[in-house]
Amino acid sequence: MVAVVGVGYSGFNSTTPDLSWKEIMYEAAVRAYTDAGINPRRDVDSFVTCAEDLYEGFAIFDEFVPDQLGAVVKPTCTVCADFLYGLATAYMQIRSGLADIAVVEAHSKASDIQTFGNVVKFAMDPIWLRNVGNAHPYYLAALEMFQYMVERCLSEEDVARVVVKNKNNALLNESAPYGANITLEDVMASPKLFDPMKKLEIAPLADGCVVFVLASDKVARELTDTPVWVKGVGWWSETYGYDTASFSAMYAYKAAKMAYRMAGITNPAKEVDFAEVDDRFAFKELQHIEALQLAGKFDSARLLAEGYFDRDGALPVNVSGGNLGVGNLLECTGGQKALEVVLQLRGEAGRRQLSDVETGVAQSWRYLPTHSGAVAVFGL
Amino acid sequence: MVMEVEKISGLKFHKKQDVAIVGAGMTTFKRRLNETGRELSYLAVKQALEEAGITIDNVEMVVMGSAPDTFDGFHMKGEYLLDGAGGSDRPYMRVFVGGGTGVFAPIAGYWHVASGLADICLVVCEEKMSSTHPHPQSAFKYIWDPILDRPLKPNLIWIFALEMRRYMHVHNIKHEDIALVSVKNKANALDHPCAQVAERITVEDVLNSEPMALPVRRLDVSPPSDGAAALIMVAPHIARQLTDNPVWVTGVGWALDTTWWTNRDLYFPRYVAEAAKMAYRQAHITDPRKEIDVAEPYDPFDYKELHHMEGLGLAKKGEAPILTREGVTQRDGDLPTCPSGGLLGVGNPISAAMGVKACELYWQLAYRAGKRQVAKEVTTGVCQAWGDLMQVGTVMVMSNKR
Amino acid sequence: MAVGKKDIECPPYAEGTPLSDADINDKKVTYVEDHPDIRYSWTAGQAISKFLNGLKEGKILGVKCNKCGRTMVPPRMFCELCYKPIDGWVELKDTGTVETFSISYIDPDARPLPEPVIVAVISIDGASPHMGIMHILGEIKPEDVYIGMKVKAVWKGEEEREGAITDIKYWKPLEG
Repeated sequence: MVAVVGVGYSGFNSTTPDLSWKEIMYEAAVRAYTDAGINPRRDVDSFVTCAEDLYEGFAIFDEFVPDQLGAVVKPTCTVCADFLYGLATAYMQIRSGLADIAVVEAHSKASDIQTFGNVVKFAMDPIWLRNVGNAHPYYLAALEMFQYMVERCLSEEDVARVVVKNKNNALLNESAPYGANITLEDVMASPKLFDPMKKLEIAPLADGCVVFVLASDKVARELTDTPVWVKGVGWWSETYGYDTASFSAMYAYKAAKMAYRMAGITNPAKEVDFAEVDDRFAFKELQHIEALQLAGKFDSARLLAEGYFDRDGALPVNVSGGNLGVGNLLECTGGQKALEVVLQLRGEAGRRQLSDVETGVAQSWRYLPTHSGAVAVFGL
Repeated sequence: MVMEVEKISGLKFHKKQDVAIVGAGMTTFKRRLNETGRELSYLAVKQALEEAGITIDNVEMVVMGSAPDTFDGFHMKGEYLLDGAGGSDRPYMRVFVGGGTGVFAPIAGYWHVASGLADICLVVCEEKMSSTHPHPQSAFKYIWDPILDRPLKPNLIWIFALEMRRYMHVHNIKHEDIALVSVKNKANALDHPCAQVAERITVEDVLNSEPMALPVRRLDVSPPSDGAAALIMVAPHIARQLTDNPVWVTGVGWALDTTWWTNRDLYFPRYVAEAAKMAYRQAHITDPRKEIDVAEPYDPFDYKELHHMEGLGLAKKGEAPILTREGVTQRDGDLPTCPSGGLLGVGNPISAAMGVKACELYWQLAYRAGKRQVAKEVTTGVCQAWGDLMQVGTVMVMSNKR
Repeated sequence: MAVGKKDIECPPYAEGTPLSDADINDKKVTYVEDHPDIRYSWTAGQAISKFLNGLKEGKILGVKCNKCGRTMVPPRMFCELCYKPIDGWVELKDTGTVETFSISYIDPDARPLPEPVIVAVISIDGASPHMGIMHILGEIKPEDVYIGMKVKAVWKGEEEREGAITDIKYWKPLEG
């Protein structure tokens, strides 16, 4: 068994003009090591960082990682994926006996990227997709949204309600820069930048860093009285092309299935107490709730309207404010979600604390234009 | 062998287990290949599956190793490649530690199986350097610190030249001795079907070749290449069903040194030594020079083979050129080094160099290297890769005895 | 395939279709061109910003860590070996020693340079031993450079300096 024994984070802000990415990583890492009560130079066996070169602006981002994590001349590697993939990697390293204590890090310095749309476009297939028209690549998400809305008979209000819930939730989250007490009318009046997707349904970019310290169960029990167990991890890739993908978050479904199986969860809708899912486009939250089997195929919109997923509902989803409230943290998105789950399970979530929670799920998607994602199940 | 299980319920989540390699494949390495990155991955995977005797449906998880996205011309290139690499509808992860990826991807494959989460893991490495214009070198502009280094308009060869000069200075080594490595490897590569720059040259040819960044000359350097390679790693009970002679992964290690490479004395790769220490400890090796029968250290430059041999403990500091001069590292020597022809002879598609490092070591230990098979009997071998700004050492020790 | 048999040769074949430069230039193969416009502006952060401001004033600044006793350049906000914040800033000299060097005949795009560039790692006087930065050497012939040579920075004029590493034009040999 593997447990989370320390967490630290820096941010989350819409921009960080005073600190370089090295400095925000150092800040988050120091907080995590203090929380865990360890000295990285002596105690940590493996460091995993999650970064994509073009999000950072370097050809080999791995080079710029070790110093600020305390990893100089120690086993360090880069996984080109979201934080939750890094978590899975550290999990596997501990289970193989390669490490007793492993550190996972991911960050976003989106404010350093001047041409974000072009970076996303650069990930698209150069022969079939990249230079078809001049539109900003967010249209890909809008295509998927429209298909999903038609298949599930969703109205625009159904999707808009996600924005209302999450942005209002974010008001209680001190580290969320995009909280707002908006109403359904505000969202419905927001301009349709990519019909049917509205401006307020797109999560804006944000900076931040999250660092986790994981340990094998023997070491975890020595380090802390309140370990949060990583009950299950799962990650899955469907395919690459927008022309062959399922448009129903099959990657999330299968990744969740893998994680639930590892965690021994057979009825997620009943056994999961709360969830943090990827909502970087508002409709994605409904899609992911369904994929994580937290609600039936045609139920998520209805349950959302009834308050089932609200902060004080039966199965709170994105009580931190989700990406709509916290911002699009690029590869750190899964990190923010895992962070929220762990803080809630420890009882350290301040004003947003949920009561009586024992099992939480964090899920993230690898963003446009991919169909891959990862899931992690945490429990006490 | 057919396993008819739905892919998720096929994942058994065992306890910790040993890991064996049962198949490998690689494409040809050339300056420019017509195939796309996905097609190259497919070709390499197909070969590996054939040798192992399984189909893609048996594969449970896939690890991709691929170096800078800037070469192929994609952001998130791992996602683009997944369809060709067998990653569709599977747990698929991309790892990347610069040039060290060639041996790091198999290490990642190792923990996929060793952790018990998978019984059969496919490791693929692919690189298409030719996509970058005007020259793949241009993509290396972006590895440097943007504030302190890039304004000086550096070329990648600079770091190697600076390191080579330091290494030669500290141990008083002549360029003639270093050039012997290039001569050896390019000659070894004549027996490799995938080789790009195999040829018989002399030390004079190396010393008279075009100066790039002195002391580095053109024949000291490996060329940029396109290519792909694949490995199949399995759990012991699967290895038993597939073959009588699996090759076991007995030790893995990796380490990353500080970004501030100008603050370090470059004459010795301490990051390789740390990684090797980790791998040897796991493999219960106490005297590498005696216990390692065959070695595939990373040789993007000729002096690098010597540098890494010392880092791996296969030679004392400053001793590697002497071993080379005495013929110890030839295929019929006591410590055959780079019998494949290495990067200098076969080509350097950054991460796909796995084909001449990890895959070659596997083939040598399985006695399937044909004309390249080393003369002595082999039980244990080590392969190693390097990367970043003189930072990464990744080491894997294999053995054909458990 | 002969799984488990020793008498096969691997790899059994080499697949892949090589192309030449001419194939592309003469358009014998179909290809797609892309010229991405991707721009970044990295925050220099606390340490490097101060360093660059120092360069603008004609000074080379370093930092020190009291635990390991090192004086480091380029400066950073934390000592990476002791893993703690640094303890203060120091002004270093603008002279140094060549730790290693190279004569480069090619530019970053691998094209030949009209004049060779001499690049070196120079350890700065006032910092701990071997604490170097990368920079260019000038006012010297390539064959006269040696490891251990003492050099001095040649700065741009005060009005020309903009707070960049290029505020130092190059390093020249120190006589005597």
